[in-house]
This record gives sequence, C-alpha cells and structure tokens, in this order.
Amino acid sequence: MKARVYVTLKEEVLDPQGDAVRRSLGSLGFEGVDRVRVGKLVELELGAVDRSAAETELQAMCEKLLANPVIEDFRFELEG
Amino acid sequence: MRIAVVQYPGSNADFDALHAARDVLGADAFYVFHKERELGDAEAVIVPGGFSYGDYLRPGAIAGFSPITPALKRFAERGGPVLGICNGFQILTELGLLPGALTRNAHLRFECRPVHVRVEARGVFTGGIPEGTVLRLPIAHADGRYQCDDATLATLQDRVAFRYCDAEGHPATAGAVDERGLPLNPNGSRDAIAGLYNEGRNVCGLMPHPERAAEAILGSADGLHLFTSLRDQIGRTA
Repeated sequence: MKARVYVTLKEEVLDPQGDAVRRSLGSLGFEGVDRVRVGKLVELELGAVDRSAAETELQAMCEKLLANPVIEDFRFELEG
Repeated sequence: MRIAVVQYPGSNADFDALHAARDVLGADAFYVFHKERELGDAEAVIVPGGFSYGDYLRPGAIAGFSPITPALKRFAERGGPVLGICNGFQILTELGLLPGALTRNAHLRFECRPVHVRVEARGVFTGGIPEGTVLRLPIAHADGRYQCDDATLATLQDRVAFRYCDAEGHPATAGAVDERGLPLNPNGSRDAIAGLYNEGRNVCGLMPHPERAAEAILGSADGLHLFTSLRDQIGRTA
C-alpha cells in the first residue's frame, strides 16, 4: 500500500520560503499569485493490507516524527 | 565537575563545547556518543551545535530518536542541568524538553556573526550573571526563528533566558538594526527570544554559541559566564 503524507506549516506560522517563491514568480511575470506556502511530501510504501490499521499507524507516524505539531499540520492519503 | 557532551552524526560544535568545558572552565568533560544509552556519571550535559543527521526532515527531528535520548530525557526530568546550543536547542524543543520550535530565519539567510543578547531569567546557566547583563556571542544558523503560539508565549515570559538586543541592552524591536545595518533580531524570533529555560530552570536552550566566545582570543569571553554559573550552581548543590 502506498501512502502520501503532506506536511505544511500551520496557517499562522510565517513561511519565508513561500514568500520568496511568490516574489520570484512575480518577477518572472506570473502576476496574481497572492500567496505561496511551501510544504513537504513524504511518500511511504507500507506492508500493511488493512486500510484502517494503516491509517492509525500513519497518524501516529505523523504525530511522532513526520510533522512537528507545534508548527506544522499534516494530512495523508492511501492508495491501493 | 563531570560534563557530558553528546555527539550526534553531524554535530560540529562538539569539540568547541568540550574545549570550553574542559580546557577553559577546567571541568572533567567527556563525549557521549549518540548510540550509547547512559550518560555515565555526568553532572551536567551539553547538547552541542551542528547539523545532527543532516537536519533531515527538520533540524533536530531525527536526533530526538537517538539511543541516548531516553537517558537525556531522564537526566533532564530529574533536574539535571542540560544546555542545548544552536542545533542542541533545536533538539531540546523536538524532544519536548523546551516549548516551541525553531524555524527558518525570516529573511532565509544563514546568519554567521556576533550578536548581543540580554540576560534575563535566573536559572542554572545564568544564576551567576546579573540580570540585564549584555553578552556578545556569535550565531551561526539558518533555522533560529523561535516560534510558539500565543498561549505558550504568555506562559514563558519569565523563562526567557536570553533576548536579542543592541550593545547597550535595548531590546531588539521589530525592524531595529545595528550600526552595520544588520537586524538586531537576526532571525525574526518571536519577542526576540534567543534562549529559554524549562519550568525547572535546569534545561536551557539558546541559538548563540557561548562555547565559541569563552576566551578573549576568540573576540569575546562573555560565553564563559554560562559555564561558570553552572560550575557555581553545581558546587552549591554537591
């Protein structure tokens, strides 16, 4: 089973990388980009066959290591 | 006094810390490799600067799961003095020993220069330094912007050990710059927080490097005050 975990900075946390990307897009002529947020994508191959067990496990992985709940939000999706 | 310096793969200020503790302070300092599970007979622990595990995922994230971590947590929770410097500060927040998180510098630059910090909260590493003393210490980091939510910030004002300031100790207000035009708050930290204590005042984390400013030949010996405070504190309780 394949899992994708998306880790993003919480809304209220400043994202200087996102701001820099937004400015660069502007200087390339891409007008109208109001906001950019840069996050992380973590892809995992899971041996699990049971979907709900995999979800429970992914939730724990995110809380313990993949995201820092102080500054980051996460969500994940399962494939297969 | 026995001081352990924890070594992770990617630590690069481990020798600086060992040198300051052993050769300058005169303590019996020794390394503890991250794969060990005990801190020996350490009376204090330094978690040094660097890029443990290459800063993979987030600075300090992977170090939080090193074999030495449970021993470090036990030591801190029993009231043992722990000093986290730079990456060590990041590790202590990832471990939950200190609140908040260190995030990417607001202007995205790696900052490598001396800064001034004002000593505020009393604790094991500042007990011997009069409150309001201004220290000149070097920084070297890209992820030093202290971040926490409003509720947390309200609870830790009396635990802020060091705050960025100017050479006279005036606070680094938003947009304030030094005589070279460089921001006094070098990374955009909330409330100009450069270092803080846990509730027990035995665990301290800071982004500046006191161990790299512990001798006059290094341009500043201000950092030595943290080490002598520790020595005097341990001497009192021993």
